[in-house]
Amino acid sequence: MSLHLWIIPLLPLAGAAINGLLGKRFPKTVVNLFALGSTAAAFVYALWVATQFVGLPADQIPHIERYATWVTGGTFSAEYGTYLDQLSLVMLLIVTGVGFLIHVYSVGYMEHEGGYYRYFAYLNLFMFFMLTLVLANNYLLMFVGWEGVGLASYLLIGFWFLKESAANAGKKAFITNRVGDFGFLIALFLLIKHFGTLQYDAVFKALAAYPVEASAGLLTAIGLLMMVGASGKSAQIPLYVWLPDAMEGPTPVSALIHAATMVTAGVYMVARSSAVFDRSPIALATVAIIGTLTAIFAASIGILQTDIKKVLAYSTISQLGYMFMGCGVAAYGAGIFHLMTHAFFKALLFLSAGAIIHGLGGEQDMRHMGGLRKYMPYTFWCMSVATFTIAGFPPLAAFFSKDEILWRTWTSGNQALWLIGLITGAMTSFYMFRLWFLTFFGDYRGPHPETAGHAHGADGPHAGHTAALHDAHAAHSSDHGQGVPHESPRIMVVPLMILAVLSVVGGWVGIPPALGGSNHFDHFLEPVFLRYSPAPAKAPAGAEAHPKETGTELAFMAISVAAAAIGFLGAWFLYYKRTDLPAKLARRAGGLYTFVLDKYKVDEFYNAVFIQPIVMIATNILWKGIDVTVIDGAVDESAVGAQDVSDGVRQMQSGNIRSYAGWVALGAAAVIGFMVWTAVR
Amino acid sequence: MVPLSYYLVLSAVLFACGVAGFLIKRNIITIFMAIELMLNAVNLAFVAFAAEWRALSGHVFVFFVMVVAAAEAAVGLAIIISVFRTRETLNVDRINLLKL
Amino acid sequence: MHLALFLIFAALCVGAAINLLVQKHPINSALSLIVVMGSLALLYLLLGAEFVAAVQVIVYAGAIMVLFVFVIMLLNAGEEEVLPHSSRVAISLGIPSLVVGLTIGVWVIGHYAGLDRIAIGGPQVQHGTESFGAPNPVAHLLFRDFVLPFEVTSILVLIAILGAVVLARREE
Repeated sequence: MSLHLWIIPLLPLAGAAINGLLGKRFPKTVVNLFALGSTAAAFVYALWVATQFVGLPADQIPHIERYATWVTGGTFSAEYGTYLDQLSLVMLLIVTGVGFLIHVYSVGYMEHEGGYYRYFAYLNLFMFFMLTLVLANNYLLMFVGWEGVGLASYLLIGFWFLKESAANAGKKAFITNRVGDFGFLIALFLLIKHFGTLQYDAVFKALAAYPVEASAGLLTAIGLLMMVGASGKSAQIPLYVWLPDAMEGPTPVSALIHAATMVTAGVYMVARSSAVFDRSPIALATVAIIGTLTAIFAASIGILQTDIKKVLAYSTISQLGYMFMGCGVAAYGAGIFHLMTHAFFKALLFLSAGAIIHGLGGEQDMRHMGGLRKYMPYTFWCMSVATFTIAGFPPLAAFFSKDEILWRTWTSGNQALWLIGLITGAMTSFYMFRLWFLTFFGDYRGPHPETAGHAHGADGPHAGHTAALHDAHAAHSSDHGQGVPHESPRIMVVPLMILAVLSVVGGWVGIPPALGGSNHFDHFLEPVFLRYSPAPAKAPAGAEAHPKETGTELAFMAISVAAAAIGFLGAWFLYYKRTDLPAKLARRAGGLYTFVLDKYKVDEFYNAVFIQPIVMIATNILWKGIDVTVIDGAVDESAVGAQDVSDGVRQMQSGNIRSYAGWVALGAAAVIGFMVWTAVR
Repeated sequence: MVPLSYYLVLSAVLFACGVAGFLIKRNIITIFMAIELMLNAVNLAFVAFAAEWRALSGHVFVFFVMVVAAAEAAVGLAIIISVFRTRETLNVDRINLLKL
Repeated sequence: MHLALFLIFAALCVGAAINLLVQKHPINSALSLIVVMGSLALLYLLLGAEFVAAVQVIVYAGAIMVLFVFVIMLLNAGEEEVLPHSSRVAISLGIPSLVVGLTIGVWVIGHYAGLDRIAIGGPQVQHGTESFGAPNPVAHLLFRDFVLPFEVTSILVLIAILGAVVLARREE
């Protein structure tokens, strides 16, 4: 029986269409009605689908629905259809649930911004594409969603398009994604060539005939190319550079797209393609290595950043690295588990940061914050929950998910990766608590409260807005008192509290047996990854640990908690106790400090190696060389040539009768000669 | 007995003289007379061939050529008269209002 | 004898034609042209075209050339002026084309298809009770097979008369 899954993506699409086309004339309440209503309806429907799903017998999973044929070319055809199994159900609930909370939050955050209807239209559009990506039953439809979320990301990052840095950031995100998409496309082409189809079920069934590749072969190529695509979308090395710049967008956008959902599309794709990766140890190892390296690399940059959103951006990149590490050791369930908990606490972190920024009138630099727990108590408590979660303290959510990943990394034999993951955990704890201390403790370092009215920071659109909108914001500040840091309105705080609760309990579905639980989450997802895995299903068979290993597992958990505690103590020491130390250490580190602060100069490197040559080629060869010289030249020259020819022919008409006589005689001689010649022949 | 080719050579020479006059001379009326000379040369060729093939249509054609030449001479001279009235000269090089 | 006559009058023709080119005053050129036409009439007689010869003298030499002479005298055309330069195009293009054309023509005529072996004139012309080029046979042809062109040319002459009258009229 059909669950009519197509309704789920189309509800936000309808919201986007209505708001996009007609929203300019609607009052804000009507825009909210369509935007929030469609997302809420999608979430409710997803819940209903979940209830139906748990009642399905095992042979009806995955539940595939086919609606219509989309493309046919030769023997290849792609269709509109949905694919519901445990994995897509989890993603579905995360996307619709967290998406809805963020929509609610946005109502408060974007209250005084221009382009209100446009924002919600784009946000709904994003939901549509993300749901298409998650529910698609073939790679081509997934790619539509893939590209679409890239588009929505571009639109939303550059939401304040009059601001040049925002527009550039949007472009950077889209173009970097494109580079990754190119790899993904080639993987799809390989799939079409060798399997003749892109349907999940058909491809995975056909893969059953392939053995595990010991050396590089077709499946390795496909896996590596998919990883290229994933590293573009999910901001891994080397295509992560767009995500920190993407913080130019409104903070709810950062929360939804660049923390909870879009950037996790790469992880979802790798998990969905587990059948491919299971058969290619090389690709799997590459995934794990890239994930781990990205995790520690991004964490090291995040330690020194001063913009609160940038810290969270690098934290996202780092946590995504963890997810890929999990998938890379064939612990797909663990990777998805961390995806889920990350969605909760990272969205919470971003939304809290947004509340802070909103309450400070646009300030984003942590050096100008401090002591805010007096002014924004609710935000403080919610963000504290999130910070302790991400650091990995039990019994909060991320402890279980991160620990699961680390344990499975160790048991799969990658001890070096485990060590790097552990160190990254310590660094994560350090920089998150650094953020916590700098923001909420100490003295308030912002402008004097009475004059703090119009501190417009980087998050604000004010650089490019017209005077009218500026007045609107001024009115907003004035009725909150003279820019004193203040708590956010309830409509923003309630989603924070809901996410805080989820951050606490979200991990309890995955308590490992070592601690007495039964790891429901992993068991729930197990059938997805076992169904198409190669015959000797060795490692990814759940977290059944021998009693002897339980002891090791508990020891490792203790080590992780210790690492988190070390990070906490370090941050406490440097940013609460001896706040003068960081500056001294920075001066002593000198060049190394600046190098890391400059994000290892990766952007400058890419600019010099890739972008400048392309710009130069485009300018000199394509523009000046081909466009101006060849194309314009051909057109101009043919015109000039026509002019010259007619100039020459014109000489015949001289107005002089005797020259006419000469031409006539010449012509007559030619004709006579021709006639004689044809006769003589 | 005169070979046909002699008549034809004579016709060609007369025609060539006509063309030369047409190109060289500067007086309009003289140019016109050169044209008449060309027509006569052609008439000679026609009559010569008519005699050779004993086809009287050659003569008939010569008759028509003469009629048309007469008409053309009449109209052409009338034009020359009116050109003379406006330009006051019979020099072909002076009649160059169409010159760029 | 035909040959001698031919040569004499052919020489007369060519001489008068060259004289037409050489003379400066148009009246001299007109008179030379009359000589050409007269010689041609005689050549037509040699070729047995009696009717055409008569028409040549009456119409061409007697009417058209008279018209030319009238116009020359009417316009009081003087001697040709000597302009500093003549048309370069005419001289440079026309004379060579002329010479080339003439050479080709003479060569073709002289060496091709045995034209030079065909002799005309002589006893054949006098055969039959009806001469070859007498008015009667010509009239038969003209008014039967060629009656349409005949009528059309009559109208053409009529139009030419009207045109000449209109064009040459003095503006009132």
